[in-house]
Amino acid sequence: MAAIRIDGVAKTYPNGHVAIRPLDLAIDAGEFLVLVGPSGCGKSTLLRLLAGLETPTSGRIAIGGVDVTGLPPQARDLAMVFQSYALYPHMSVRGNLAYGLQVRRTDPQVVTRRVAAVAAALDLGDLLDRRPAQLSGGERQRVALGRAMVRQPKAFLLDEPLSNLDPALRAQARAELRRLHRALAVTMVYVTHDQEEAMTLGGRVAVLRDGAIEQVAPPLDVYAEPVNTFVARFIGAPPMNLVPAALLAIDAAPGLLAGVRPQDVALVTSGSLRATVDFVEPRGHDSVVHLRLDSPAADPFLAVVAGAAPPPPGSQVFVRIAPDRLHLFDGRYGVRMKR
Amino acid sequence: MTSGSAVARLASAALLVLLLFPIFWMLSSSVTPESRLFEARPLLPAALSFAHYRALFDERDFLIPLGNSLVVAAMTTAVVLPVAALCAYALARLRFRGRGLLLALILAVSMFPQISIVPPLYLILRELRLLDTYPGLVLPYVTFSAPLAVWLLTGFFRQLPAELEQAAMVDGASRLRALRDVVVPLAAPGVATAAILTFLYCWNEFLFALSFTLSPDRYTVPVAVTLFRGRYQVPWGQVLAATVVATIPVALLVVAVQRRIVAGLTAGASKG
Repeated sequence: MAAIRIDGVAKTYPNGHVAIRPLDLAIDAGEFLVLVGPSGCGKSTLLRLLAGLETPTSGRIAIGGVDVTGLPPQARDLAMVFQSYALYPHMSVRGNLAYGLQVRRTDPQVVTRRVAAVAAALDLGDLLDRRPAQLSGGERQRVALGRAMVRQPKAFLLDEPLSNLDPALRAQARAELRRLHRALAVTMVYVTHDQEEAMTLGGRVAVLRDGAIEQVAPPLDVYAEPVNTFVARFIGAPPMNLVPAALLAIDAAPGLLAGVRPQDVALVTSGSLRATVDFVEPRGHDSVVHLRLDSPAADPFLAVVAGAAPPPPGSQVFVRIAPDRLHLFDGRYGVRMKR
Repeated sequence: MTSGSAVARLASAALLVLLLFPIFWMLSSSVTPESRLFEARPLLPAALSFAHYRALFDERDFLIPLGNSLVVAAMTTAVVLPVAALCAYALARLRFRGRGLLLALILAVSMFPQISIVPPLYLILRELRLLDTYPGLVLPYVTFSAPLAVWLLTGFFRQLPAELEQAAMVDGASRLRALRDVVVPLAAPGVATAAILTFLYCWNEFLFALSFTLSPDRYTVPVAVTLFRGRYQVPWGQVLAATVVATIPVALLVVAVQRRIVAGLTAGASKG
């Protein structure tokens, strides 16, 4: 378990592609930090920089107070779970789990003991003699986790480890991962493009865009006070509505954008802001209502309506928003405005 | 059974006969007495005569060239494989300036007509006092067979997901260790193919063997068989018996390694 410090790390590929702009990030020992962002935002590159699989163009990385910038992966004592799991296909599950220990010349008795302990913890006992090809997706994922756990590394790096699982299994694996983090109390850096995963898993969430960190904060803080329109729309589902503030009849400086989460929109029978129901997506306990505002641009607008009786498509409704649920952003740069 | 597959079966049967007939004829001729070799004879030999084989080992000492060929081919393969694996790994994975040019140059080495470099090689080997020795053959063989092995292995290594080696490195393996523990075992079919091709190249090579060996003690099989011919006649029966004997180790090798190839292919990929 170790803290990780990233100081001014940047990565530009030889072909000129800028993957990471100079960024600083401090990850506490034992923290669960989620790197989240759309594809191509540099989150996986950042993880690979931590692992030592890429070398930064500039900046320094320290793990547990030791500068590891120039060290190869094998000298960093980290564990990584790859998106593809990258299990060794020619080795049994036992071989996969034991490899990291054997490479480090661990006493064979210790290897046997640790492999058995991890196999018991992850319920892999019956699979030890199987090859990865003979395992289901969920089992492979557990073996990949086990391979990381067996060595008791300084930190876990996880690169979208759940994205190859089907949805039901994913929710279960997510819960297991949380439990695991609490039990091991080890530093975890977790990469995902799924904002829901980021919200549910992270102790803190770092939202990345174009190789830069937009915001780092606990998930609920990011949700409640996104620093700009990108974060506002990326975190939270369905995404936050963004319309010119003037439309909502808010007395604010001209050119501002008003943001409101669909969950904070109420549909009422009278009011000042009229809208037409475009279509409705029922979700069981609630429905996502797609609206068109009665504005010159007929801006699209989303509302989440509880209950089983959403307004029918084509009907006219009025939109009401609690003023304290409004987010205001600068119209030009999308930066959050103090209210 | 559809007519399409019947046609396919017939075609493959015809091809098989076409390919196997010369081998069959070689076998049957090698057990036919010299006097009857050039008669119109039936497909199946009427009587077996092992006189050619006896002559091969009693008069000709064919075990010596057989041993020489085995030693030279095995030594070359043992040198080429690790060298080519390292080289191919670098070409497949590491990013460095001039990689494409290097790959082209490596291939260019094997493009030279062999005869054009026999004289300079002869002079070099003479200076090194390696003429008529095993290393004197192994060195040029390595030079000429390594490029093919490098190309073959580069292709195989490139196909492997890089994440597997990266996982090994994060697990604590050095690059070389990852190459040994993960890359080479997973590229086993490629490694086996490279081994077979290298071995076959050395086993069949004639020009260098003829030029750089001087005494019958160092002749390899192709050279020895060629020099069977006397001034007035060619002992075809013995030549054919020798080719049969020379084919056996190669056939055994291919069969042995082929099993490995199949075993390697049953390993699963990383993604489901």
